[in-house]
Amino acid sequence: MVNLKKDSLIIANKKFNSRLIVGTGKYKSMSECAKAIKLSGAEIVTVAVRRVNITDKNKPLLMDYVDPKKITYLPNTAGCFNSKEALRTLRLAREIGGWKLVKLEVLGDKKNLFPDMIETLKSTEVLAKEGFKVMVYCNDDPLMAKRLENSGADAIMPLAAPIGSGLGIQNKINIHIIRKQTKLPLIIDAGLGQASDATIAMELGCDGVLVNTAIAKAKKPFEMALAFKNAVIAGRQSYKSGRINKSLMGNPSSPTRGII
Amino acid sequence: MKKIKKIKIKINGKIKSITDDSKLSAVLKNLKIPLNKVAIELNEEIIDKKKINKIKINKNDKIEIVHFIGGG
Repeated sequence: MVNLKKDSLIIANKKFNSRLIVGTGKYKSMSECAKAIKLSGAEIVTVAVRRVNITDKNKPLLMDYVDPKKITYLPNTAGCFNSKEALRTLRLAREIGGWKLVKLEVLGDKKNLFPDMIETLKSTEVLAKEGFKVMVYCNDDPLMAKRLENSGADAIMPLAAPIGSGLGIQNKINIHIIRKQTKLPLIIDAGLGQASDATIAMELGCDGVLVNTAIAKAKKPFEMALAFKNAVIAGRQSYKSGRINKSLMGNPSSPTRGII
Repeated sequence: MKKIKKIKIKINGKIKSITDDSKLSAVLKNLKIPLNKVAIELNEEIIDKKKINKIKINKNDKIEIVHFIGGG
């Protein structure tokens, strides 16, 4: 039996039982976000760093709904378009409360939201030197993934498709190649649309998936959170179970001997 | 009676008028900022939260106060 309880996800020496990471953006309310996280079983959630609203002090705070002592906050640099902005954001994030595990995301284009890999690579090197544990959002290029690994990344997070597009994994071959070449945690980040996309990612051998829009913007976010939880477990179990070989021709499941 | 002098500074992009000679801690206290949930920059330099009562705020200073919000 594949014992999923002993099959932990390890990132920067920290153990997690769930292989599903969820984003906290785009929910209708903080309470909806908190309930979806709970149903997803996620132990890591991505969060953004933004200005405090100094005019409306009664605005609810994420930390009041999602306890950072129970759920690992993964500060993210979403919205940063160069290394300088990303480094500033993560240094501030660390200052909020000692967060060292971070998600680096440096975007290069406002429309397709693809990562700027030159800026990403530069930032990874600096952050690793400063003692950050960096999980890096990147494109699905095996060569770039290798360079990130050599620059001190703690996890490789290639996109499945553009952020928020819901298109699912577009380049299975590349993800497979990255899986074969790296021992670092490989987490599909961005572009998933439905639960089965997460299963496919896990069956390709990924160590986890990161989902935000597909859950937050589903018609029923709570049900979708649960669906993703189950899909990730199913995909992991399937991957660990060793699939059959593919064959061009049919192979009957019932014995051919003794047919009347 | 000595007149209280005011100076203008920027907090999170908004111009604010504060009492001259204020310490950063007083400015944050006035805004009711929960210190354990934020990070603070003064003129683009990160401030050690333990030292805020030693830092004096000057005219045209730029303060940024950030926290975590929902994001992907």
